[in-house]
Amino acid sequence: MKRTFALLALAALVCLAQPSAMSPDQKLTHALNRLTFGARPGDVERVRAMGLTQWLDEQLHPQSITENTELEKRLAPLDTLHMSTSEMLRHYPSRQVVKAISEGRAELPTDPFTRAVFEVAAKRVKKAQANNPQGDEKPLPALPADMPTRPRERVAYLEALPAEKLVAALEAIPQGQRRRLADLAGPELRRKIEVLSAPMQVIPTDLVSGKILRATWSNKQLEEVLVDFWYNHFNVFLEKGADRELVTAYERDAIRPHVLGKFKDMLLATAQSPAMLFYLDNWQSSGAQAPARGAKQTRGLNENYGRELLELHTLGVDGGYSQQDVTEVARCFTGWTLRRPGQGRDFFFNPRMHDRGEKHVLGKTLEPRGIAEGLQVLDILAHHPSTAHFIATKLATRFVADDPPPSLVSKMEKTFLASDGDLREVMKTMLAAPEFWEPARFNGKLKSPLEFLVSALRASGDEVKNPPSLNTLMTKMGQPLYRKAEPTGYSNRGADWMNSSSLLARMNFATSLKHAEYGAPDFQRK
Amino acid sequence: MRPMHRRIFLRDSALAIAGVGSLPLWLQRTALGAESQGRKKTLVAIFQRGAADGLNIVVPHGEPDYYKLRPTIALPKESLLDLDGFFGLNPALAPLKPLWDAKNLAIIHAAGSPDPTRSHFDAQDYMESGTPGRKSTADGWLNRALLPADHPSSVRAVSLGAALPRTIRGRNAAVAVESIASFHVKDAAASQQFETLYGSDSILGGTARTTFDAVKLLRSLGENTATGYPRGKFGESLKQIAHIIKANAGLEVAFADLGGWDHHVNEVGQNPTEGQLAQRLTEFGTALAAFHADLGARMEDVVVVTMSEFGRTARENGNRGTDHGHANAMLVMGAGVKGGKVYGKWPGLQPEQLYQNRDLAVTTDFRDVLGEAVHHHLGNQKLEGVFPGYSASPARFPGIMSA
Repeated sequence: MKRTFALLALAALVCLAQPSAMSPDQKLTHALNRLTFGARPGDVERVRAMGLTQWLDEQLHPQSITENTELEKRLAPLDTLHMSTSEMLRHYPSRQVVKAISEGRAELPTDPFTRAVFEVAAKRVKKAQANNPQGDEKPLPALPADMPTRPRERVAYLEALPAEKLVAALEAIPQGQRRRLADLAGPELRRKIEVLSAPMQVIPTDLVSGKILRATWSNKQLEEVLVDFWYNHFNVFLEKGADRELVTAYERDAIRPHVLGKFKDMLLATAQSPAMLFYLDNWQSSGAQAPARGAKQTRGLNENYGRELLELHTLGVDGGYSQQDVTEVARCFTGWTLRRPGQGRDFFFNPRMHDRGEKHVLGKTLEPRGIAEGLQVLDILAHHPSTAHFIATKLATRFVADDPPPSLVSKMEKTFLASDGDLREVMKTMLAAPEFWEPARFNGKLKSPLEFLVSALRASGDEVKNPPSLNTLMTKMGQPLYRKAEPTGYSNRGADWMNSSSLLARMNFATSLKHAEYGAPDFQRK
Repeated sequence: MRPMHRRIFLRDSALAIAGVGSLPLWLQRTALGAESQGRKKTLVAIFQRGAADGLNIVVPHGEPDYYKLRPTIALPKESLLDLDGFFGLNPALAPLKPLWDAKNLAIIHAAGSPDPTRSHFDAQDYMESGTPGRKSTADGWLNRALLPADHPSSVRAVSLGAALPRTIRGRNAAVAVESIASFHVKDAAASQQFETLYGSDSILGGTARTTFDAVKLLRSLGENTATGYPRGKFGESLKQIAHIIKANAGLEVAFADLGGWDHHVNEVGQNPTEGQLAQRLTEFGTALAAFHADLGARMEDVVVVTMSEFGRTARENGNRGTDHGHANAMLVMGAGVKGGKVYGKWPGLQPEQLYQNRDLAVTTDFRDVLGEAVHHHLGNQKLEGVFPGYSASPARFPGIMSA
């Protein structure tokens, strides 16, 4: 019982004491609370021994940090995390590829295991489409005669089977038993069982697992917190059609490399990312005079990306732009589209879709220059004072307080403008500012569901057997990972997360961690 | 916790639970005060997040420019459920047609916010706070709509969903309920401890106290066995609101939302009953109709109002969709509603009639619609407190309810 409450308290639901200045130890705890996903046992001592300044400097230079081997071990089986989108789609079935195969427009992979995975997926889709989903349910095939019945022996037997036979053997085992075998299996067999059990879920599940595992285990904590922040800033909804397969590369290639780099680089990477082009419909936007691409295709402007680029990615809603600017910006980005839909969807500029007229953006006249117009717009936006103010405010809201002191925002804003939008410098300014270390900040901000959940895991040292299962909890708390449908992303204000429903969900999570002592299914003790 | 204390704790909490659990259900409810709350008038606010396309929901088929502006996504007149010879209902809203015919459903067209923003976030925030153009408002209009009460029910203000939306936040305690079934701490002993620990906590404000009270009340309700609700979160939300109303638990204001209305692409399919909008409307209309059927005669105590942050461009865009616009259509449902009529002044869709040469103009302020429901149904006549800075008054009401 005590453990449960300790967890809740550690997870900083509450703030109590407020002395005149933070003590050195409070400073350490505060830094760990705000810049990581929560302290693990021993972290305070570690940071104290190293020195806070040194630790901050290290976190600001994640490339200098040796990664936790425990994390690497856990990430290793999640191979989609390292694949390009097209490679991923060759190994794991997407809705589109499965459809193409069933309509004879694509062939099954030749590798026996991959082939089996695609066949299982195709069968599932067919069954889901049938009017009577249970109607053509066939009994399971007979178990191989020589397969042992004891679980451990059975696992050893399965691990020794060649791929073709393994698939047949696994299909003969009922789903529930398969799960239990997966728990006993080595990483390779376990992965195969999981993939075969839910082939269409592998890509999003790997993504969610990767996020929870990194947040929980990575030594590069600030980088993880920032990846979460910036993904949310440039939010993409995983469940919008092809984005299911595009988000993995998006977060890894467009967001992660830039979180402590130049804002303009991240802005450009997102603008040209298939995930964003698809999510905010820009890939379909064209000049009104552009030639149609076929009988079914329509043409013309789509303002969706243009508006969110100004409102949510750069200037902010009060950043001083008009409806006219939205339309003109959208015109500049016509032709920023995707190649090969369904097979990886690389960015490319299609001059035939581009609006060739002159444009006027934020008081500037842009001569018709094709792709260069969009690039120029991004350059203007990345260096705009409104962008500096908007980004500084948002970072300060996330890391310092729901209503951050204007003096702090002003310092960060200045650094943003003076450093060509260098996000590491902006973070340094924030951490050097006395406003970050004011005593009122100590335990002064409610955690988001993700912070709450991961910080409880880190504090308790509990291992999550099945990380994606945590996303059910995240949904109950109102923050399903990668699944914020609106481009606004989730709130950075702690107060927005407090309500009856989320409070109960947090309490239930804390008690389920407690029950792990008695072997509850979701969690296991380390 | 040492073993000794743990045993004592378990014994005490077991007693505490038994103290309630051993009573018959009806008596429990009385003990917890639910029954004493009695029947209340309930106002249910529904938010269609993402800016629903009012022009394709309540279609002005008598307006020639409608068909000029939307060559590929206009709904043909013959596909519509005609309402009055000028407007027709999108065929996906067929479940609502009987309510219209029975005069339990009123529509206000060209309604919306005077603020020109086309930002989803700002426009939702303004509509939820009830103060367009003012970002500093701390609470929501639905919370302010509540009249002062001496012994308010812990579930007088309920929002369905994992978050507590701005509309219902404020001085009066409001609870967010993800689902009634899961609205409790599973471990009863831990629940007692949490209650002791957080019942008076400061940073959690009144949230913890209200939560524990509401948990006790909602736990006593059992299950709503009504059928006809569509699968999905929205149907589930309305089903639970109906449940709390039927239980006489003292519900006065409720909120539910449904996202996915931001149709920049493929709004309407090749067939009027296909496409993203039709899909959304099917769920929306089926759920509202099921709610109406579930409450039956009880609808005399209930008014449902729907809204969306703004409408969509009068012209279709380049991708069989529409971009962000201005005015929209609102629906009002209830036995006390003077239904079967489309209210509001129709501004027209000719080029010079459009707002900023692109959108349906607003002719009815959304606060006049909400104000009428608050005034006539909830009986709160101090509308200056509900919509500060706005002169909402009976003179401006569209006339959707009997005074």
